[in-house]
Amino acid sequence: MQDKDKTRRKVLIGLTSAVGLSGLPFAATPFIAAWNPSAKAKAAGAAVKLDVSKMQYGQQIQVSWRKQPVFIVRHTKDSIASLDLVLPKLADPNSDQIEEPYKGLNASRSKSPEYSVFSGVCTHLGCAPKYFPEVEPKPWDATWNGGFFCPCHGSMFDIVGRVFKGVPASTNLIVPPHMFEGSILTIGEDKEL
Amino acid sequence: MTEIASKLFTWVNTRLPIVNTFERHLSKHPVPSKVNFWYLFGALAAVTLIIQIVTGIWLIMPYSNTEEQAFSSIEYIMRDVDYGWVIRYMHTTGASLFFAVVYLHMFRGLLYGSYQKPKELVWIFGCTIYLAMMAEGFLGYVLPYGQMSYWGAQVIISLFGAIPYIGESLELWVRGDYYISGITVSRFFALHVVALPLVLIALVFLHLVALHEVGAGNPEGVDIEEYLDEDGVPLDSVPFFPYKVLNALVAIGVFMTVFSIIMFFFPEGGGYFIEMANFEEANPLVTPDHIAPVWYYAPFYTMLRAIPDPLGGLIVMAAGVAIFFVVPWLDRSKVASIRYKGIYSKIAITMFGVSFLTLGYLGTVGVTEVRKTMSLVCTIIYFAYFLLMPIYTKYETTKEVPKRL
Repeated sequence: MQDKDKTRRKVLIGLTSAVGLSGLPFAATPFIAAWNPSAKAKAAGAAVKLDVSKMQYGQQIQVSWRKQPVFIVRHTKDSIASLDLVLPKLADPNSDQIEEPYKGLNASRSKSPEYSVFSGVCTHLGCAPKYFPEVEPKPWDATWNGGFFCPCHGSMFDIVGRVFKGVPASTNLIVPPHMFEGSILTIGEDKEL
Repeated sequence: MTEIASKLFTWVNTRLPIVNTFERHLSKHPVPSKVNFWYLFGALAAVTLIIQIVTGIWLIMPYSNTEEQAFSSIEYIMRDVDYGWVIRYMHTTGASLFFAVVYLHMFRGLLYGSYQKPKELVWIFGCTIYLAMMAEGFLGYVLPYGQMSYWGAQVIISLFGAIPYIGESLELWVRGDYYISGITVSRFFALHVVALPLVLIALVFLHLVALHEVGAGNPEGVDIEEYLDEDGVPLDSVPFFPYKVLNALVAIGVFMTVFSIIMFFFPEGGGYFIEMANFEEANPLVTPDHIAPVWYYAPFYTMLRAIPDPLGGLIVMAAGVAIFFVVPWLDRSKVASIRYKGIYSKIAITMFGVSFLTLGYLGTVGVTEVRKTMSLVCTIIYFAYFLLMPIYTKYETTKEVPKRL
């Protein structure tokens, strides 16, 4: 074979390979995309809405969003005012260590000054912390000012879900995207975000 | 009758290389004439692979890969399917013993330099088999959808979350849902029963073909190809049949005895083979008090926990497995076997063995301050064994290797 032919063959091989390879991402697309959450999974994981105006002051309720508990707390004026008392006990009072959607907006960490909305999954190993609103000495803390206590490994959080120092959990409870339309709270969606 | 049979055989054999292949890879395949018990674990691994495939096929039949039924279908296998419990325990015991023999097989490789030139590819195929096995074992553990399936998978999948930028979307993509749901279970099922077994079988094939090309090693590290008889067969070799086969059969007999004792009397292996929390159905809202991996992942899990930063931990853990692949190029020794290597190699491999076992123990127990320090120290020793290998194998004094086996 002449050198000219060899060059010609190389060019042709190169061209056909390039064309063939350019098809690869297209061929791979359905196989990769099929692993995304399906329409059914997305629908099951869609935002949940509820009316929070019926909640008592100081009450905590739990809703399930994406099979995970989300805690909603309606604060009293006193409890919001007393948030500064626990400051020395907190590990990360301003949520600097996590990505928080509504940082600095309200003391409640949510979009509403009255309600707190955060995930009920302990940031240690995923247990569900329990709500103890009473301001009274507790077996785990003699100067308990109300908040959340995780029964699994003893992590403590204040009433807006901020983690204490020296407990197994290292970060504050996560605030999910949410929005208030009147008294209707939507968890999992925020048109302004 | 026999004439027809032999004619038929000749007809097939002229079209398919049966006799040639059989003689080349089995009956006449030359193996070193003097080896020890360390050389039996490869055969045992092959036997275990076959057990896993056969029991696996039988388990697929009654198993249901949905969120609602996965757990109850395991209970159904255990209680209602005739001999279902034997088949399932054979599969779970097989998984643990597969790892046990493969770890011993790998340690043999490190002891006698089974990765040295020209066996680098045999070693690399072997490491890839090990990697595929780890994935296979993890995927299989999720299928019963028990508490440990769920929370173990939660920990492992959240490792992807430690990868910067793409981590969280990668986690979602792997799960295909916002939590480990039936969607996750059914895709893990497909990978566990079809994709990875195909990969494993292909890799075992390559491992053996490459091995038969370069020839098996021996504990002396003698190159038996140096002295050949007039037919080109190494003088210090014996044919695979009957010498190696009969040897292996004894080993298989002993192995099967151990296998049966575990399967019939201690199928949970004291919580190391099947963790107790997995007898409870998965519950995304309640975490078990103590999340520990199955024993065969424990050393690497300890490395993950020893590093305070999640991404750092992930990198160290991955490096702990990946470093095996480059061992052929880390060992600069003139000799293959530990018998002829110097004192530094002997100290190093002892320290490595102890640190690996300690890491394994630490991975199955809870964390305390002392254990945290121990984890870190053992992780450092583990990596030092590999990373310092180019130095201590090059500069130590080795003994003279004999010419003949």
